[in-house]
Amino acid sequence: MSNQVRNYSPLIISASPHIRDVESIPRIMWSVVLALIPAGIAGLFVFGYYCLYIIFLSVATAVITEAIIAWQRKMPVFSTIGDGSAVVTGILLAYILPPGVSWYVPVVGSFFAIAIVKHTFGGLGNNIWNPALAARAFLQVAYPVAVNSDWRILHHGIGNLVHNIVKIDSEGNMIDAVTRATPLAKEAGAETYHLAQLLMGNVPGCIGETSVIALLLGGMYLIYKRYIKWYIPVYYIATVFIMVLILPPQMKTPWANNPFYHIFAGGLFLGAFFMATDMVTSPLTKPGLVIFAVGAGILTVLIRFYSGYPEGVCYSILLMNTATPLIDRFTKPRLYGTRIKRV
Amino acid sequence: MIPYVKSKLKTFVGGIHPREDGKHLTRDTKEIAAPLPKTVYLLMNQHIGAPCKPIVKKGDFVKKGQLVGESQGFVSANIHASISGKVLDVAPWPHPVTGTKSPAVIIERADDDSWIEGADVPFDPDQITPDQIRQLVQSAGIVGLGGATFPTHVKLTPPRDKTIDTVVMNGAECEPYLTCDYRLMLDKPHEIIQGLKLVMKCIGCKNAHIGIEANKEDVYALFKSIVSDEPNIKVDLLEVKYPQGAEHQLIKALLHREFKPKQLPLEVGAIVINVATAFSIYEAVRFKRPLIQRIITVTGDGVEKPQNFLVRLGTPVKSLLEEAMASPHINKIIFGGPMMGIAQSNRDTAVTVKGTGGILALRSAQQFRSRACIRCGRCIEHCPYGLNPGELSIQSEAQEFNLAQENNVMECKECGCCTYICPAKRPIVHLIKFAKVEIAKQTAKKAASAG
Repeated sequence: MSNQVRNYSPLIISASPHIRDVESIPRIMWSVVLALIPAGIAGLFVFGYYCLYIIFLSVATAVITEAIIAWQRKMPVFSTIGDGSAVVTGILLAYILPPGVSWYVPVVGSFFAIAIVKHTFGGLGNNIWNPALAARAFLQVAYPVAVNSDWRILHHGIGNLVHNIVKIDSEGNMIDAVTRATPLAKEAGAETYHLAQLLMGNVPGCIGETSVIALLLGGMYLIYKRYIKWYIPVYYIATVFIMVLILPPQMKTPWANNPFYHIFAGGLFLGAFFMATDMVTSPLTKPGLVIFAVGAGILTVLIRFYSGYPEGVCYSILLMNTATPLIDRFTKPRLYGTRIKRV
Repeated sequence: MIPYVKSKLKTFVGGIHPREDGKHLTRDTKEIAAPLPKTVYLLMNQHIGAPCKPIVKKGDFVKKGQLVGESQGFVSANIHASISGKVLDVAPWPHPVTGTKSPAVIIERADDDSWIEGADVPFDPDQITPDQIRQLVQSAGIVGLGGATFPTHVKLTPPRDKTIDTVVMNGAECEPYLTCDYRLMLDKPHEIIQGLKLVMKCIGCKNAHIGIEANKEDVYALFKSIVSDEPNIKVDLLEVKYPQGAEHQLIKALLHREFKPKQLPLEVGAIVINVATAFSIYEAVRFKRPLIQRIITVTGDGVEKPQNFLVRLGTPVKSLLEEAMASPHINKIIFGGPMMGIAQSNRDTAVTVKGTGGILALRSAQQFRSRACIRCGRCIEHCPYGLNPGELSIQSEAQEFNLAQENNVMECKECGCCTYICPAKRPIVHLIKFAKVEIAKQTAKKAASAG
């Protein structure tokens, strides 16, 4: 048979099923990138063009680091960076840095996120912690001043994009922008912002975290596409809301007990929609994810109320990431037909 | 048509809605008898259980309906000649499902196509006893025609300590592309109901429940009108979802009963028969016709004239593909549907068996590159059996078979929902099958060394 010339194509032999869904990892990751764009645009309006430079540096470093490591690990380079996960990490890291941060901070952070947090554990799918958040925690230790200061914000705010280039005079002072306290700052006399300001994002903060509306827009898109599960952000934010009502805060700011202020200020929406929903570092089943989200909510409020840090979203998610294997162990799916019958 | 509310349709938890349905290709093609093949290849293991023993030899002349393979043991099913002619050879032939060679009786067709004496005689089923039904079904070699090919007479002999209160008839046909059951239900509804009643009589069961997917409303209306004056036979519409026609999911949807994946439906007092099986039971009892033909959907983008054929067992697939005008560029031939069907390695030697409900010829079958699992949890969400397929596939890849066994890998029914839905395109079912084979090998080794 073998030497017989055949005029038809060879048959593919593979195990069933022979049809597949259209969804793929690149589709999911690039959709997340798309969903993050509104928050970036909001950041551009609020903080000026410099933040584009930070985002670019962060993404470029992430992609280049991923490419080099993929090449060294003998993985297909273009399909590895093409899956979009490095781009997502790069954007997320930039979004949780102050808008006036120095150029080397996103570069070091992105490198750490991809090389250490992601690839030392085996690359996509195997990392224990969300790379962007773990990198942010690393930067918190490495450059404590750089990532906690320079909360610059433009004078004129939204609507004046033409003028949004931060001018710096000969002595290095910003001309068009001012540095103000972030909404969650605990120091006495720190500013209190209007809820409307928090919703729009016209407040000091990290590049991508301030505009609740922009984040919600992207988050809704991902929920609609079923790339993230609605109950993670809902349980997370609801837990923060309830905990703020229940617990007595340590700080004496006017907003300390205002649950609305707490859920709209800081990085909660960014964390709840884009970081707690990271599939790799969160539990697998619905009960597990609910435990994860509620746990992160409790930790966020505990950190905001009783620690030295103003914000707790980053550490709360990282701690719950750490607990994920344990949560998975206790929330295994029930084998069909093994329900214990109530007598 | 009967209006229905989608949310009120009966169904189960999990499963998928395949994007490619493909049923429109063949649903309006009334089955036509495929031209009689020149040669048929009757494999001796077309069922679950012990293979048959060939009882004819080279040179013998056999008539249509003559017994050529005798069942060995209780869990086994007779094989009959599907055409009249001369036995060319009794030799090993590649099996389309197992992939290995099995003994086969190869018959070359003679001009005469008449039944053997004793078969094809009308028989009044009113006076028949349950034991006679069972005996007729057994000698006719009937197996579950939904694809599992479990010998039907075994199903009709439930253990004494189990009472069966409901016969569930599967008219779901949830596999994409296949329409063979749909055509049969449209064309032979009365015969199917008669077959169902014979099953009820045989096991002394008062109730029956028929499940039909909502994409076959015309069949639903038809069945409803036939059993309108029989309150003990219920007909229900089911949500269009895969694997709605699997035993566990069908019983869950219709009777709200759950049982473990490895258990049989009789654990919860039910037996499930497919509509095509019910029809062959009717034929076997009413006319003493053994199972020698079935309806097969020949479809896919690789054939120009997709249609349903009435096909004699053992017909070479090549002739069916020619009849449906297959393109020379087909790159995949699948026995069965796209979800659980088996890809064929050779278009020249593949022959139909009792369990073949469809032949899918694709010219644009894709090969998928798999990526690492990103723990998205979709496979768990869609697994109808409550497993963690993604984790099982990783454990199988790492050859951690003990761990996989602890996580119930042996309970997997290989329905393929996890693999269909996986965004990383991981070959999950493939890896689970691999783990199962390895575990079976280990168990056999242990048993051998122990005693």
